[in-house]
Amino acid sequence: MTIFAMGADLRRDLEVRRYPLLVYGLAPLTALVLQAWLPRLLGRYAWFDFPLVVTVYFVLGRRSPIQGTLMGAGMGLFEDALTHHAIGINGIAITLVGFLAASLGVRINVEQFSIRMMLCFLLSLFSGVVYLFVYQYLLGLELELPWFTELFKAGGNALIAFVLFPALDRLRIRD
Amino acid sequence: MESFIIRYRNPVVLLAVLLAQVIGLAVQVRHTDAGGNTYDAPDGAGVRLIRLWANTVVTPPERVIHWVKLGVESVWFDYMDLRHVREQNRDLQQTIDRLRLEQAALLEDARQGERLQALAAFQQKYIYKTVAAQAIGASGSEQSRVFYLDKGSADGLGRDMAVIAAEGIVGKIREVFPHSAQVLEINDQTSGAGVILETTRIRGILRGNASGQPQIVGILADNRIQPGEKVLTAGGDMIFPRGLPVGVVEKVLRDPERDSFIDVIVKPAAHLDRLDEVLVITDIEPRFSPQEQQDLATSEALKGAEAAVISDQKKASQIMAERLPGLTDPSLPPDQQPLLDNSNPNPVAHPPQAVHPDRFTPGAAEVPASATPAPGTEKKPGPPTETRQAEPGRNP
Repeated sequence: MTIFAMGADLRRDLEVRRYPLLVYGLAPLTALVLQAWLPRLLGRYAWFDFPLVVTVYFVLGRRSPIQGTLMGAGMGLFEDALTHHAIGINGIAITLVGFLAASLGVRINVEQFSIRMMLCFLLSLFSGVVYLFVYQYLLGLELELPWFTELFKAGGNALIAFVLFPALDRLRIRD
Repeated sequence: MESFIIRYRNPVVLLAVLLAQVIGLAVQVRHTDAGGNTYDAPDGAGVRLIRLWANTVVTPPERVIHWVKLGVESVWFDYMDLRHVREQNRDLQQTIDRLRLEQAALLEDARQGERLQALAAFQQKYIYKTVAAQAIGASGSEQSRVFYLDKGSADGLGRDMAVIAAEGIVGKIREVFPHSAQVLEINDQTSGAGVILETTRIRGILRGNASGQPQIVGILADNRIQPGEKVLTAGGDMIFPRGLPVGVVEKVLRDPERDSFIDVIVKPAAHLDRLDEVLVITDIEPRFSPQEQQDLATSEALKGAEAAVISDQKKASQIMAERLPGLTDPSLPPDQQPLLDNSNPNPVAHPPQAVHPDRFTPGAAEVPASATPAPGTEKKPGPPTETRQAEPGRNP
């Protein structure tokens, strides 16, 4: 167990991805702007969550659960601030996504492209479930959440990951 | 203790962040007397700081993207539109002329209605002042059907102002920032607008469902409600003026929770998913605005001028008719002219001649000898019998 943990720590220390500061600032901002603007063009077919995809990407690369938690909370709260709902619902959902993604990034090999896409799909579904749980059961508010929309959204996020992850990989700082 | 926190720092940080957000949610959501929970936005005093920050960060790039999009669209569509602009201009001018006449005619009815309403101590609110605004962004969430305008409190916008499009109502302003505003659409699950069905005059509350369709809830089952019926604003919600188009009834469903109630799904008149430009009603008054009064005065003035033109045209056509050859017979007195002969309002229409005559053709049937009266047995003219008085086709 100790060997496993030590090996994981070593791998984490060795394989932490680093990016220019500008990328850390611009990528989340662009994701938030696109998330707010594209639905005006696509209408009801806006099945994606750019901030979640960007969070998953950076968190998987950084492999730090604390950073994942904080980044997820920041992105989620920002998304909540653009809606008219109570602030914190998306925050909790993406906080958990960030923590889970970072924890998985430590334990499994996320260098493979297909694994990252699959993780993006599953974490999107998980985010939808947490959102519904917080909204309906924790807060006791009425909300109907069509499950097929969440499924399409998870698929859309996986597709975006298919395009976005290789593009962002090109921006990383290589030793 | 310190070693515990260091050892379990990841879950500790996670729990701390989650706890902070749960407490934040608990502060925002409150329990109502009705038994449910509700989230109410803060009153008109201001907006939450985090919303202001988010808006400040997201709105400028959205505005730039929107301007670029509008620029590209205007270059392309201006070129396309100019190809038929003359025809469209002529058609529009004709439409304006027709509408002016109609408006002038309706003005009398409106004034009479105002007088009657004043007598009944009821004041009709007219849309007095509007501000045009562009939709520049959205919430980005399927569960929050709001969008953002490029105008804010600096342009005179305020909370709970009605937002409409040319086709119908869109929503109401929920949050106002200095240079932008958040609009809650009528198809959101938390929205509410008082509506009335045009024909059946049934009133209800309009709100969105999970699929983003507006529906009228809380009305008793009624067979008279049929798809296609128009839905208008009822005016009782103090937000939307009365009589604005909302949409048409798309279908009627049974309320899954209450047997005797129905949900009326409404197809919105405005294209809520593709809105670019909207109007915000910033003021409603029990009188016409100066612009409307000016339009009405123009219509009245034009009505008189155009009525004179139409009268002149009628006189000219009469003179022309009198001068046309063949339509008047100079040998006949004026009251017996064929042009004026309308003594027979329903002239008999002769059937067309048969192409292949047979025994059913009129005039071709042979009369049997027994039906022909013998010489000397012909009836003398006398008083008509009952049979002869009977009308054709009626049984004696």
